[in-house]
Amino acid sequence: MPPEARRDQPPDPSQVRARVKEFLATHDPTRLSRLEFLRARFDAGLAWVHYPEGLGGLGWPRARQPVVDAAFAEAGAPDNDPRRIGIGLGMAAPTILAHGTDEQKQRFLRPLWTGEEVWCQLFSEPGAGSDLAALATRAAGDGDDWLVTGQKVWTSIAHEARWAILLARTDPEVPKHQGITYFICDMTAPGVEVRPLRQLTGEAEFNEVFLTDVRIPDAHRLGEVGDGWRVARTTLMNERVAIGGAALPREGGMIGVVAGTWRERPGLRTPALHDALLRLWVRAEVARLTGERLRQQLAAGQPGPEGSAAKLTFARLNQEISGFELELLGSDGLRHDEWTMRRPPQVDFTGRSPGYRYLRAKGNSIEGGTSEVLRNIIAERVLGLPAEPRSDTNVVWKDLPK
Amino acid sequence: MTDLLYSDVEDQLRGSVRELLAERSPVTKVLSGCETSTGHDPALWRVLAGEMGLAGLAVPEKHGGAGASLREAAVVAEELGRAVTPLPYLGSAVVATAAARAAGDGELLSALADGSTIAALAVPFATEPTAAGVADAAPFRGDGGAVTGQALGVADALVADVLLVPADTGLYAVPATASGVERHPVVSLDLTRPLCDVSLRGASGRLIASGPGAADAVRAGLTAGAAMLASEQLGIAEWCLDTTVDYLKSRYQFGRAVGSFQALKHRLADVWVDVAQARAAARYAAVCVAGDDPDAGVATALAQAYGSPVAVHAAEECVQLHGGIGFTWEHPAHLFLKRAKADAIGFGTPDRHRAVLADLVKLPA
Repeated sequence: MPPEARRDQPPDPSQVRARVKEFLATHDPTRLSRLEFLRARFDAGLAWVHYPEGLGGLGWPRARQPVVDAAFAEAGAPDNDPRRIGIGLGMAAPTILAHGTDEQKQRFLRPLWTGEEVWCQLFSEPGAGSDLAALATRAAGDGDDWLVTGQKVWTSIAHEARWAILLARTDPEVPKHQGITYFICDMTAPGVEVRPLRQLTGEAEFNEVFLTDVRIPDAHRLGEVGDGWRVARTTLMNERVAIGGAALPREGGMIGVVAGTWRERPGLRTPALHDALLRLWVRAEVARLTGERLRQQLAAGQPGPEGSAAKLTFARLNQEISGFELELLGSDGLRHDEWTMRRPPQVDFTGRSPGYRYLRAKGNSIEGGTSEVLRNIIAERVLGLPAEPRSDTNVVWKDLPK
Repeated sequence: MTDLLYSDVEDQLRGSVRELLAERSPVTKVLSGCETSTGHDPALWRVLAGEMGLAGLAVPEKHGGAGASLREAAVVAEELGRAVTPLPYLGSAVVATAAARAAGDGELLSALADGSTIAALAVPFATEPTAAGVADAAPFRGDGGAVTGQALGVADALVADVLLVPADTGLYAVPATASGVERHPVVSLDLTRPLCDVSLRGASGRLIASGPGAADAVRAGLTAGAAMLASEQLGIAEWCLDTTVDYLKSRYQFGRAVGSFQALKHRLADVWVDVAQARAAARYAAVCVAGDDPDAGVATALAQAYGSPVAVHAAEECVQLHGGIGFTWEHPAHLFLKRAKADAIGFGTPDRHRAVLADLVKLPA
């Protein structure tokens, strides 16, 4: 290992770029297949450089990752299509890294990162949304295996996924947070049935997943039996960072779409709309700077509750800006593109049409933790305010009112 | 992207300023003296500006300053806001100093750097840092070194030794004790930064900049002031949030700490989010202005347009969530409310800053 890559001496950006160049000199992306190239990139530790060596990383600070990605992009190298495998990258991988066995890390992280294996998340249930710990999907021991039965909902990309991270109840006789175990579930196993769930946009980005006596080997348990809630918190913190945390240039998000319309269509302008637009522009730009500052903080440490704030702001702004856009368009805002039931391969909050953007944004304050729950998290974990008195934490799960 | 975090040096600086203010100017003391305050505390100023060298943070070393920048001064502004300290730091160490620096006046800079001289730019506190703002704010006439005219509602001028007076023929440094200078204290909304009306009748001054250089110096002063005000507003909002959170943890009603009610804790969570965002905006403005970044205009207007309502909202929530005690004179919340509201007008209201942004980022009316 060259001296500049030592963990205690993180490399500066020029050294990072040199390292990528060195890799590209022996791995020509125009001559290797996409998959060969991505596997080699992983094996060289240039996949996610803040991961440990041998698992796609070099133990470098997270802040170096954008430099690596930019260097590969400049060279015209193929990427791992991170949007398609966002759940794997943003949620499954950090959880496996933090809580998985060596075998699990070796088996799952490489094909996860290259996109050979897509991951989905089997957490929410019809009866367990904000109160996720109330989940009822049951995992019962059967020899060296577990048999899982239950219903999951709001599962993005389940219809393409090879693996899922799954929360199931292994002990209904203890209070709800204590009886949960975290599993890795094979989505091709018998008993897994995936059905599209149509949402208010008319599309079905998500699925319902029905599990009937699905057999999971104990080797695919992540963390200890009964410790699933603690393991899940790693996933959820990373989810919020993933949702609120993409780096953008000025006007890079929803505000850029509306600002573009404003500039192109002077006929729509009124003084009141002008001031409303500027108020939104200010908030969007400050939110972008805040995200940048958060990334600078994360580069030095770990995701914390600040991610909750980023997501809260992102949701509120997306909703207000997309709502503003429809009113700005006036009559044109009444025309919608289509209501056809489709399965979009990727979700683009700023894509498609103004009506779609407005409607899709409604999900932003619900998915990945409702804004109300996020406010509780900020109030209790950041500000240290006392929790509401609760009647559910010390009662065994099976006796809770449902 | 610019570094929006605080450096170790800045954290240390914050620690020593906070410690000094806690000892020498606790909020209880500011409160008890607020009705007679001149906006100044000479003994405290000697320590903070002189001994600690904080008046000279943004002054180059060759003029006796610390050779740091407004980035560090922003941390001082935060702490002064957090303690609603009545000191002429913003007017003298920020606005007048930035104007003197832009005018290249080494003599004045040296006197400002060690805090031995306090200066104030003789424009209304509400003046925005734009060409229009500067033009509107300078009705003074300078005739062969004799300056005549009036500026209403000037911050930090009451205790200044030198007034920087923008006139039609240039920027003048006028000793506050010169004959023809009158300063009338204004009963001010903000008790801890009282304003005064300044009128000059043939007062003699020294020309320190003329032509476009004079307007540039005034604009530099106002821009620095607006950018640093955003940090002061951040400090105000932080005090309001912290104080309210502490209170809601200790206040019991209906048999519980009132901070356990979601209806209240969600409001504080929103304030916390706002404050975290205001910090990013204020830091960005401080960094841009300190480094003469081409984005400084956008950064300053953004920090003001965002930070002003955040500080006001935090102060209003502080009053409301304290309930009855928050409405009394004996509780210091009102000092912060008054400072926050006055600051929202200082260096231009948020709508003026949005108008500036509309121009700069090409979103025309």
